[in-house]
Amino acid sequence: MSVAGDPAAGSGRDSAGEVLPAEVEAMIGRPMYEQTADFVVERAYSYNTCAATGNGNPIFWDDAVADAVCGGPVVPPTTLSLWMRPHYWQPGAAGEQVALQVHFDLKEIFGLPEAVMTDNTLEFHEPVRPGDRISHRQVLRSVSPVKTTKVGAGRFWVIDVEYHNQDGVLVGVERYTGFGYRRPEAVGGEAR
Amino acid sequence: MSAAVVPVPSRLLGDVSVGDELPELAVDVTATTVVLGALASRDWRPMHHDHHFATERNGLADIFLNTPNQAAWFERFITDWTGPFGRPGRMTFRMRTSVFPGDRMVFGATVTGVGTDATGCGWVDLDLALRVGDRVATTCTARVALPVDPSDNPWRRHGDRWDPGGAAAAS
Repeated sequence: MSVAGDPAAGSGRDSAGEVLPAEVEAMIGRPMYEQTADFVVERAYSYNTCAATGNGNPIFWDDAVADAVCGGPVVPPTTLSLWMRPHYWQPGAAGEQVALQVHFDLKEIFGLPEAVMTDNTLEFHEPVRPGDRISHRQVLRSVSPVKTTKVGAGRFWVIDVEYHNQDGVLVGVERYTGFGYRRPEAVGGEAR
Repeated sequence: MSAAVVPVPSRLLGDVSVGDELPELAVDVTATTVVLGALASRDWRPMHHDHHFATERNGLADIFLNTPNQAAWFERFITDWTGPFGRPGRMTFRMRTSVFPGDRMVFGATVTGVGTDATGCGWVDLDLALRVGDRVATTCTARVALPVDPSDNPWRRHGDRWDPGGAAAAS
């Protein structure tokens, strides 16, 4: 899934100086789709994560160690996005809930039917602790000019998902680089 | 689960040098590995638990490890090496190919940077890879904080004294 090219930095204009659509310009740097988790951070998922990966780090298993090292229990940092994932089903839920809505918004605005995520960064800030209630919001950071790669022509964009706890303290950031694109015109009639 | 003995840092920043290699971790992946990891990370998508969906709808060889679970595996691999005082700061992943039941996945890493930031926090930069045979499934770069001396503890850093997004450690 490697796609060559670099995301643009900056805002308002892409790096080729092309003016972005106003609705995209208005999105850059603006927190969107703020949501608060349906449930508080719980140790069962911490244990499940450690059990699934054979993680014997005592800060997740032994309260005396967690107190001494971390000032109390913490959950594995890489569980960051877990706390915001919707239930598989819940009463009254209709349709599939789409993660990273800004990504799908950009595909729609630019008319780019295909997309891949080229890389994903996790940054860990204040530790997440059992009992925390996590919120997140999406922030579009940049959009590149049109670039042509081996999979097709399109644009790179960088979206941050910022996670905060119930006190408004930043606990982590996920940064996604996406590439929305259109496949080259099919030659020889390859159907899709 | 009582612990009479509270650990002391087992690995300090000064114990680490650029070019050091972490001891490899090899894991034989089963369908249970994949399903446990997906459900632990609340990823309900069928390609991570339904063989028929993965093969017939997605056209893949089998169900495959999901991304958040791979992150958790990398975390475990790193902190096995650092000990409990190692505090992960940042990880960047690039998925190249998938990991399926029947694969033997091998985690490896090389130290690419060792240094302290402006707040005195000690950082180690790592280049990591998850390989299956000769195939690289996932590459990862990571920063993890280590105590600079036996009295230091990265977990006790907060606010401006914890900067996981800062520049790479100077070696």
